[in-house]
Amino acid sequence: MATNENAGWACPKPVSRETHIQMAHGGGGTLMQRLIDDVFLQTFNDPSLQQHVDASVLKLASANIAFTTDSFVVDPLEFPGGDIGSLAVHGTVNDLCMSGAKPQFISAGFILEEGLDISLLKRVVASMKQAADACQVRIVTGDTKVVDRGKGDGIFINTAGIGLVPSGTNISPQAIEPGDCVLVSGDIGRHGIAIMSVRDGLAFEGNVESDSCGLVDVVQALIDGHVPLHCLRDLTRGGLSSALNELAQVSGYSIRLDEESIPVRDGVHSACEMLGLDPLYVACEGRFVAFLPPAEADHALALLHEYPEAANARIVGQVDEKRDALVTMTNRIGTSRIVDMLSGEQLPRIC
Amino acid sequence: MRYLDEYRDAGLCRSLVESIEKLEPAPTALMEVCGGQTHTIVKYGIDRIIPQQVSLIHGPGCPVCVTPADLIDKACELGSRKDVTLCSFGDMMRVPGTDRDLLTVKSQGGDVRMVYAPLDAVRCAQETPDRQVVFLGVGFETTAPANALAVHYAHTHGVENFSLLAAHVLVPPAMTSILADPDRRVQGFLAAGHVCTIMGYKEYEPIAAEYQVPIVVTGFEPVDLLQGIYMCLKQLKEGRYCVENQYARSVKPDGNVSARDLIQKIFTVVDAEWRGLGTIPRSGFGLNEPYRQYDATLRFGLKPTHKDEETECISGSILTGQKKPDECPAFGITCDPEHPLGAPMVSSEGACAAYYRYRKGQLHQIGSSTAGR
Repeated sequence: MATNENAGWACPKPVSRETHIQMAHGGGGTLMQRLIDDVFLQTFNDPSLQQHVDASVLKLASANIAFTTDSFVVDPLEFPGGDIGSLAVHGTVNDLCMSGAKPQFISAGFILEEGLDISLLKRVVASMKQAADACQVRIVTGDTKVVDRGKGDGIFINTAGIGLVPSGTNISPQAIEPGDCVLVSGDIGRHGIAIMSVRDGLAFEGNVESDSCGLVDVVQALIDGHVPLHCLRDLTRGGLSSALNELAQVSGYSIRLDEESIPVRDGVHSACEMLGLDPLYVACEGRFVAFLPPAEADHALALLHEYPEAANARIVGQVDEKRDALVTMTNRIGTSRIVDMLSGEQLPRIC
Repeated sequence: MRYLDEYRDAGLCRSLVESIEKLEPAPTALMEVCGGQTHTIVKYGIDRIIPQQVSLIHGPGCPVCVTPADLIDKACELGSRKDVTLCSFGDMMRVPGTDRDLLTVKSQGGDVRMVYAPLDAVRCAQETPDRQVVFLGVGFETTAPANALAVHYAHTHGVENFSLLAAHVLVPPAMTSILADPDRRVQGFLAAGHVCTIMGYKEYEPIAAEYQVPIVVTGFEPVDLLQGIYMCLKQLKEGRYCVENQYARSVKPDGNVSARDLIQKIFTVVDAEWRGLGTIPRSGFGLNEPYRQYDATLRFGLKPTHKDEETECISGSILTGQKKPDECPAFGITCDPEHPLGAPMVSSEGACAAYYRYRKGQLHQIGSSTAGR
């Protein structure tokens, strides 16, 4: 019963009003529990998380499973076209898709730095949930640790993902055959340039947004359309060039690219010219290459072009009979050159 | 992309190659001065589509490559200091000094930052007034105005914790030094388009006349280079030795006058040390008297390190065009971009890096023919 005598007084509620992450948020006590309840459970809202058990027990149809793990560190945490949360979901889901799996479950382990703005964490977690829903995967288990200020970079996320692989699927670098055409699912290099455009010390004006997106629907469209996929590989840090060099080395075959057919947006192209970077080496987070028989190319492209994330899909090259594991490219003026694996980091040039 | 695709046009390139063939050139050695031009040549295989008797010698115009190891050592020393933030252009970070590079210093806890513009380093100094902020300013005439502007800005805004560790070098003295060599092979130059964008090309006229060489100010795209080569060969065929401007869309005879004025205000011409080439008289910029307080060498009392450089590296011969990268015994064996023995393997403009990147796997097939040309 409230009385006027007590007006203006209140018991200091032990409810979280902290605006920034403290060491105790990782200490196993009430503060941590509240963080988990308020930020993670409420947002991810999955029945297996609500059980508060140490390990989720999940039902899987009897089939082969694909299992992958990945860690995400990105500066800045939010960038044009995404953030570390959506990136973590897309990265994990896309790895599963590349083996022909349909993603089912992912885990989310957070390493938070003391002092992190909790409203930023909430945005990242909400974005993760949104990305997971769009990719039709459930975030079913998680973990949080806090490190001292200065020993982290805001948020690090580690994920693991499980997907179901239909029986009879054999999508792997070993299945690449000479004569296969090389399809790239969209324009390259947007993620790397978007990040660079907002990175401290290198910021420049531009309107390039990251290409970060889930590839579940587009890969499923190819599988449902019975496209005989020999190999899939998502393009990540080392860009198109590094993915193709890895596949050339694993398969042993050489790959020939045609420069003019490789889709690169004007904004990416301009930024690369300005900074002295090669778009072939710039990171993507929502693009893949597919190896398939040339007779299937038109069919595959028609299926992909139905989706906005693959609207620029093109055939960009072909697998050679030669077994010297090189990637070469015929450039615009008709000469050819090696496209080597990225060595070290691409560094912006002086002039 | 506009203003670029036109200069990578296959049809235009073909017709320029045909024009070059029609000149029926005698065996000729031309030098492209700038490392950016070298990269385009190797990337697009320009040296393979022109007549075989025309050989392209890669010149000294890679700013990263000619920066002396001593300066990198000084930068590493500064970057290791607790009170210093060292800012640098990206591709200087991996250039080896005598025993380490800036990325190593960074990984060992040094505050080493990559910036895109020298003014960003001044801004960093304004934001951290309790620290000394040093910008590692290297480069040819192209980068000099931006570095001059940083010093000018620091001076006019009282940013006293900013200083410049500078090694600016100048193109014309390097060309003269190559031409004065009694064993010189170079019969014509493709001058560096962006250096001339700043400085203009009048200072090249006495060089062309004295040494009887054509000098064609040339751009950086395949069409530019082929046209530059054509103009050079045409002069030789006609017995003319003058300065012509292929890169007229960027270069004016007097260059960028306000940039030159700023350079003149901040810098003075001094003798300079070039990595692989030694000291060339009056071939660099040092800070002018009123601005010497911004010279990091003086501010921190830095002494030359005088350490011996890696002997296996033949960067001097590479930078003067006496040897091609694939003629170096270390090339691709003990020297690659991850473990460079010398700067030409590091920089995005270095000749060795260009050969490694675009031709590595083909060198066992074409190495001898390229080397012999």
